[in-house]
Amino acid sequence: MITRRNVLRGATAVLTTGALGASPARSLAATVTLPFENGERPLVKYPQKRPMIGLTSRPPQLETPFSVFDEGVITPNDAFFVRYHLADIPLDIDPQTFSVEIKGKVDKPLKLSLTDIKKLPATEIVAVNQCSGNSRGFMTPRVAGGQIANGAMGNARWKGVPLKTVLDKAGVQANARQVVFGGMDGPVSDKTPDFAKALDIDHARDGEVMLAYAMNGRDLPFLNGFPLRLVAPGYYGTYWVKHLNEITVIDGIFDGFWMKSAYRIPDNDCNCVQPGTAPKATIPINRFTVRSFITNLQDSAKVKAGREIELKGIAFDGGKGIKEVAVSVDDGKTWTPAKLGRDLGNYSFREWKLPVKLAAGAHGLKSRATSNGGQTQPLEASWNAAGYLRNVVETVHVTAS
Amino acid sequence: MKRTYSLALAALAALVLGVSTSGLVIAWAKPVSYRLPEETAKFKPAANVEIVQNNCTACHSSDYIETQPRALKSKKDFWQAEVTKMIKVYGAPIDEGDVGKIVDYLAANY
Repeated sequence: MITRRNVLRGATAVLTTGALGASPARSLAATVTLPFENGERPLVKYPQKRPMIGLTSRPPQLETPFSVFDEGVITPNDAFFVRYHLADIPLDIDPQTFSVEIKGKVDKPLKLSLTDIKKLPATEIVAVNQCSGNSRGFMTPRVAGGQIANGAMGNARWKGVPLKTVLDKAGVQANARQVVFGGMDGPVSDKTPDFAKALDIDHARDGEVMLAYAMNGRDLPFLNGFPLRLVAPGYYGTYWVKHLNEITVIDGIFDGFWMKSAYRIPDNDCNCVQPGTAPKATIPINRFTVRSFITNLQDSAKVKAGREIELKGIAFDGGKGIKEVAVSVDDGKTWTPAKLGRDLGNYSFREWKLPVKLAAGAHGLKSRATSNGGQTQPLEASWNAAGYLRNVVETVHVTAS
Repeated sequence: MKRTYSLALAALAALVLGVSTSGLVIAWAKPVSYRLPEETAKFKPAANVEIVQNNCTACHSSDYIETQPRALKSKKDFWQAEVTKMIKVYGAPIDEGDVGKIVDYLAANY
């Protein structure tokens, strides 16, 4: 059955003039062209967001323009990417009546209001959220899915309550194995699997996984999960369930579609396969691969020859922290370590800088990060059918004259 | 999953808030309504576009299709796989007789 809640939405929109987005929003006349085949996208303006790269409108999916990552190591709320799977997203939320249930294999099931949650001791963490399919548009050969460049990532200071605190309050039973998370967004058709994700019980109780209500000192933007979302530091965004209102402790391994069939990666050393082939076995996607980017020069840029310029960028990984970023201005022949910026924690973007001089001519500029865990970005891209995990050393082509 | 809002509440919120000019500043404790931009993406007009519209747009906008890669080894195989996924995985109620028409339309126009 298809339930067209859009009909209701039309009515709601009329009734709530004065809420977020008083005027009907608009796609701006401008477009951007992402650097892959069929990469033209509209720049769109959504309430609470600056002009963003529009991928899809229903459900809304917005990519962060890459220049934002050069503004600072924290991604502003109004530029943070948006990704939904299913089109029946909540559009009216009352923070006073909102609540999240903690249930299943617990001694004392709980229903906590936002006020209850805000009364619990709060913690903060700076952490990158990155879509599993960030950079999918660069996969070669191309694969189906959201065709995004490098802008489905962002770094924010999250504030909330450790998931452990609420699980302890509810009293997790001895046979618990996983915790399942559900949000208010759902499918249009009841034949479509509802979105739900699961974490192993020890991960859920590590004290870092958080129920976050604030981002960079403000309430979560509506499309980033207002009023409460899961923050799973170091893990891909698929686990960061938005509009979080159901937490269920189970004594088995969750077999819902979004864990059992979707968001799986090849279960081998490279988590990759030869293009066009299927993996023998798969596992759920989990921690970020190590990545780095040059942020202050874009491809095809022209720079002054023989003069010192400061290359600048960001690096991050799945939670060990960044040990080194090496930079090459000769297409990977020689590498020089960059100076790392302030350490905001192992889950944050880490800024790096390196002054360089470029002789007249064409140059391939590269950055290559190594984590404290010893993982280094590969020089050759690997492939998987879903277009996940991209972390090849990227190249920015510039001309000095 | 379960929702905690009602239309009545949203209507009440509108009365309480009145009309704000910026449309962006909402007192925290009040119900919050979000208004999505109007959907402007459209399928290309061509043979069988109505069938595509009727079968695809209930669940997602057409820009999902518009933005897929086009430099493919076989567009037909690509779109056949996508339509099959929509039916088998996401439960799209597409009549068997329409599948070929949808695949042909997508392969020819995108």
